[in-house]
Amino acid sequence: MKYYRSHVLVCVDPECLNRGAHEIEDALQDELVAQGLIDEVQVLETSRIGACSDGPELMVYPEGVHYVGLSVDDIPYLVEEHFLKGRVVQKFLYTRPKFVDEELSAPTPKEVRVVLRNCGKIDPQNIEDYIAEDGYQALAKVLTEMTPEQVIDEIKRSGLRGRGGAGFPTGRKWELTRAAKGEPKYIICNADEGDPGAFMNRRVLEGDPHSVIEGMIIAAYAIGASQGYIYCRAEYPLAVSTLNIAIQQARNFGLLGKNILGTDFSFDLEVRQGAGAFVCGEETALIASIEGRRGEPRPRPPFPAQSGLWGKPTNINNVETYANVPQIILKGAEWFASMGTEKSKGTKTFALAGDLNHTGLIEVPFGITLREIVYDVGGGIRDGKAFKAIQTGGPMGGCLPASYLDLPVDYESLTAAGSIMGSGGMIVMDEDTCMVDIARFFMEFTQDESCGKCTPCRIGTRRILEILTRICEGKGQDGDIETLEYLCEQIRTNSLCGLGQGAPNPVASTLKHFRDEYEAHIYEKRCPAKVCRALIRYEILPEACTGCTVCARNCPVGAISGERRQPHVIDPDVCIRCGICMQVCNFNAVVIE
Amino acid sequence: MQPENGNHKKERILAAVEAALERYGARREELIPILSDINRALGYLPPEALNEVSRRLKEPHSQVMSVASFYQMLSTKPRGKHVVQFCESAPCHVVGGREVWEALQEHLHLEAGETSPDGQWTLVTVSCLGLCSVGPVIVVDEDVYGNVTPERVPEILARYR
Repeated sequence: MKYYRSHVLVCVDPECLNRGAHEIEDALQDELVAQGLIDEVQVLETSRIGACSDGPELMVYPEGVHYVGLSVDDIPYLVEEHFLKGRVVQKFLYTRPKFVDEELSAPTPKEVRVVLRNCGKIDPQNIEDYIAEDGYQALAKVLTEMTPEQVIDEIKRSGLRGRGGAGFPTGRKWELTRAAKGEPKYIICNADEGDPGAFMNRRVLEGDPHSVIEGMIIAAYAIGASQGYIYCRAEYPLAVSTLNIAIQQARNFGLLGKNILGTDFSFDLEVRQGAGAFVCGEETALIASIEGRRGEPRPRPPFPAQSGLWGKPTNINNVETYANVPQIILKGAEWFASMGTEKSKGTKTFALAGDLNHTGLIEVPFGITLREIVYDVGGGIRDGKAFKAIQTGGPMGGCLPASYLDLPVDYESLTAAGSIMGSGGMIVMDEDTCMVDIARFFMEFTQDESCGKCTPCRIGTRRILEILTRICEGKGQDGDIETLEYLCEQIRTNSLCGLGQGAPNPVASTLKHFRDEYEAHIYEKRCPAKVCRALIRYEILPEACTGCTVCARNCPVGAISGERRQPHVIDPDVCIRCGICMQVCNFNAVVIE
Repeated sequence: MQPENGNHKKERILAAVEAALERYGARREELIPILSDINRALGYLPPEALNEVSRRLKEPHSQVMSVASFYQMLSTKPRGKHVVQFCESAPCHVVGGREVWEALQEHLHLEAGETSPDGQWTLVTVSCLGLCSVGPVIVVDEDVYGNVTPERVPEILARYR
């Protein structure tokens, strides 16, 4: 084979041809001959270098320099500069348009991107982009070099645990499903990411769908399944359409369907859409929903590994779990197990939200502390305020105070602290947050989303919500705290599924860590964070008030009185605490007491 | 708007049912996709549609109704021409969602789940849309609006009047 020091790829897509790609190619050949470089530089045709909007486009390797907007007249100069003198011609250099990604910014030093590695970097609608990033290599390796038992063993040794929240060892689950009696077997991907504030899975499905599909095909091979379903919530329309495109492309490439990669292994996938029910993220409810029924959970055992979809052995993992699988196969169990803590291996994606300087998606190795997440990755609390609490694990999770900031993030530590890992939502709250209000807010959610099948969850969450609402309205009574604690314990121990068992967590954790705030609401009729309307009072500071009358003119209920140029007064009995006076005052004279 | 005559309405409903059954097949396990499609085509699930689905799938009406009434995105009540969805999740709540919600209620004169008497607007809350980086978030019909403030609410709604 002849050796060239440089290769020039000319884009010959219809768009570039229209703009004279062939003429450019001819001019390049002629000029390379003229300058005596034709034995050193090879000109080839290719397609799809870029968007072709500024064609004709060239790509020069091995440098990987991308030129756009060339005309035939520019070629002699380009050849002389780039190929003779070795200088990149800045004038024609393609620069990627800068765009701000509000969800996923460049990784901070403490982050490690495994699951999110391709997000925002490849075109999710083009399977070739994924293949260029070693995509489907793991599948090829599994199908040609490994037995299903070896695949399961590799996953077991990696220490991968379910990223949906419960943290069950993935390899063990696959083993159980493989060993279970019954045919056919099914594979399900739980993409019903319903936890408020958690959108890690959405981003993976929209940005790197093939990593999930490849992980599912490998899992199907390992357990012996021929049909799989991705259950995606209807609130994610873009994820659904991206997945459907990706599945079709994988079929066209022989990566899904009959005789995958020419082997005798066959497997196909289908996307099933939810219709708006949080409880469908619970695996037995999810299965009911795929079967076309109400998404209500049923008691376990039997677990889906024994009796799942249509009563057959079924393996359910979440999006992030599957997305880790190809990397583990390619780089090895030892590589994966080298990240994280003793019992929690690898990385975890989180969606950071709330009062932080940098919110959005992050991916960090297990074992990182909450402090590192809040201050190093999240950039600290917004507006220089003080940290008050971090809520982890979604609506079934808990709130942890500042004294827990040095807690290492792994499944066991978070559970021991009274919260949970959950699927990865993290909400950081500053000093202006009322923890009773937050607990009430989460109870509103679980109460709303309770499917109604079992009594402790259906009625218990309603009772808790009633009490919390009363406390926030300033009508808290002696004994409320004890009743709440009793209800929390009853609901936790007697509910049917994870939603019910976890439902009291926001209340139980705030009662444990922020009990003084509950007491202030109930006994002193005071909201320390000044959030609960019934417990705050607007006042005008006489020394700051200039008597400009703006507040009195804007007050919707006429609660403010006072002479022009004299300090004004708010009548607390008339005031509806709408806060307009505070917004309109130009002298910061209105304060909350 | 001319009131729709009874026969025309019935034809429209049956056509929507037919299209959904055509797309997914008249099978029990396809019930949720079938109902979702009909809901999208008609804006809600009228009783005639549920009856027809029950007849064609050979499923008791109670079974069809139990599914139709369970999922948030399926509505058995008529909805307005424009549906305003407000994300009521915690990340939106802590960045000013409550004020946006109050502004929506005030401008539309509606409570959660209500439809305006003139059939123009329906106001509903929706669970997390996963757009937490740009909260508070509202969705009008299919259009998503992020970083919404109470001040922006009238301007956003005016685009649909």
